[in-house]
Amino acid sequence: MALRTKSHEMGMHTEKLGGRTQQRFFSASEEENFTYPGAFDVDFNKRAEFDADKLSTNEINLKIRDLMRQGYGTIVMKNPGAKHAVAVGILNKLNLQIEGSLGYFGCGLIDGPNIHIKGRVGWSCAENMLAGTVVIEKNAGSTFGAAIRGGDLVCKGDVGARMGIDQKGGTIIVGGRCGAFCGFMMQRGRMVILGDAGKNLGDSMYDGTIYVGGKIEGLGVDAVPGEMTDLDCQWLERKLKQYGLSAPKGVKNMTKIVAGKQLWNYDNLEPSEKKLIL
Amino acid sequence: MAEKKEDVDKYLKGDGLDSSREKEIGQHIGYRYDVNLVPDYSRLTPFLKKYLETMGWDDLNWLEDVHMGYEEGRAAVFDRNINGWVTVPADLKLPDNQQDRDMIARELLIKFQMSRKHPMVDLNKAYRKF
Repeated sequence: MALRTKSHEMGMHTEKLGGRTQQRFFSASEEENFTYPGAFDVDFNKRAEFDADKLSTNEINLKIRDLMRQGYGTIVMKNPGAKHAVAVGILNKLNLQIEGSLGYFGCGLIDGPNIHIKGRVGWSCAENMLAGTVVIEKNAGSTFGAAIRGGDLVCKGDVGARMGIDQKGGTIIVGGRCGAFCGFMMQRGRMVILGDAGKNLGDSMYDGTIYVGGKIEGLGVDAVPGEMTDLDCQWLERKLKQYGLSAPKGVKNMTKIVAGKQLWNYDNLEPSEKKLIL
Repeated sequence: MAEKKEDVDKYLKGDGLDSSREKEIGQHIGYRYDVNLVPDYSRLTPFLKKYLETMGWDDLNWLEDVHMGYEEGRAAVFDRNINGWVTVPADLKLPDNQQDRDMIARELLIKFQMSRKHPMVDLNKAYRKF
């Protein structure tokens, strides 16, 4: 017998979809919530500490959730021991301070928290991040901020290759250098590299902006220099100051890289293909 | 340092078919707004300031990527959580510049996403594992 879930009881599998448009009505003037329905009501002034030394990844993540459930808005994690997949899936406002380093896939799929990491991070930190801030004091591995959709991801040291691969939004800031193929297939968002950038920067980028303070070893396919505007400079000054960083030669002398848009390829069959799929 | 000037109502008045390729296929290519436009913080609304304070952020954070778009001739904002457009109330008078329009779009999106009438509320009830 097929597994029946709560979603079956709610009729989600029997609904007939008549078209692509779903109408929902709400009154914008009546709403003033600032957190997701169902989010934990936490207080930034309520602080908790825990030692992650003897805890497994799963236990650490459940511990964070449990503390948020109790209303703690500031959590300090000691001895993370470079464990993988720590502090993931946090869909809440929260101040999380990690006193040490993280392994692979740390802080992935987060939506809202402010995370400060005193040490280093391994591959794919903040992958698919949606909102919030992640600040790393030392270096980061490859695919830093892969498929990030929103929020600020900051590494004050150097970063490996393929940073921001498939970036769909948000801001990635690197205080030092970055490796090859950064911004590969970038679709939107902003990347700020204060040091030198490796080969094939922005390869096959569709849209988005990359600002570089140092030398660029080579641009990828369809990545081209863009024109800096006053708004770009103001935004860069503000953003860098926020994280205690500055451009070595000033923001006005940074190089702006954008998509040449030569790879854009649409045809009129696309809408009908979409309808067939949906 | 050149600032880009474009008719802010371009996609409300027309279909955005400019290039020969767009005319050939009958479809606008790309976004119907400038995704690379960074926000002008002097235009922040009181509601947005309150939201940022609640979340403990110094700037617009993920909302920097939210812009007012134009879908089927109407002003709308894209909600990534439902992968669809939320249309702006028809009686709302739109400002004459994209920066102020973007601030309205951000406000509207927050109100919709945090509403108990948002589709994610039902999905959460149905599929949440823990």
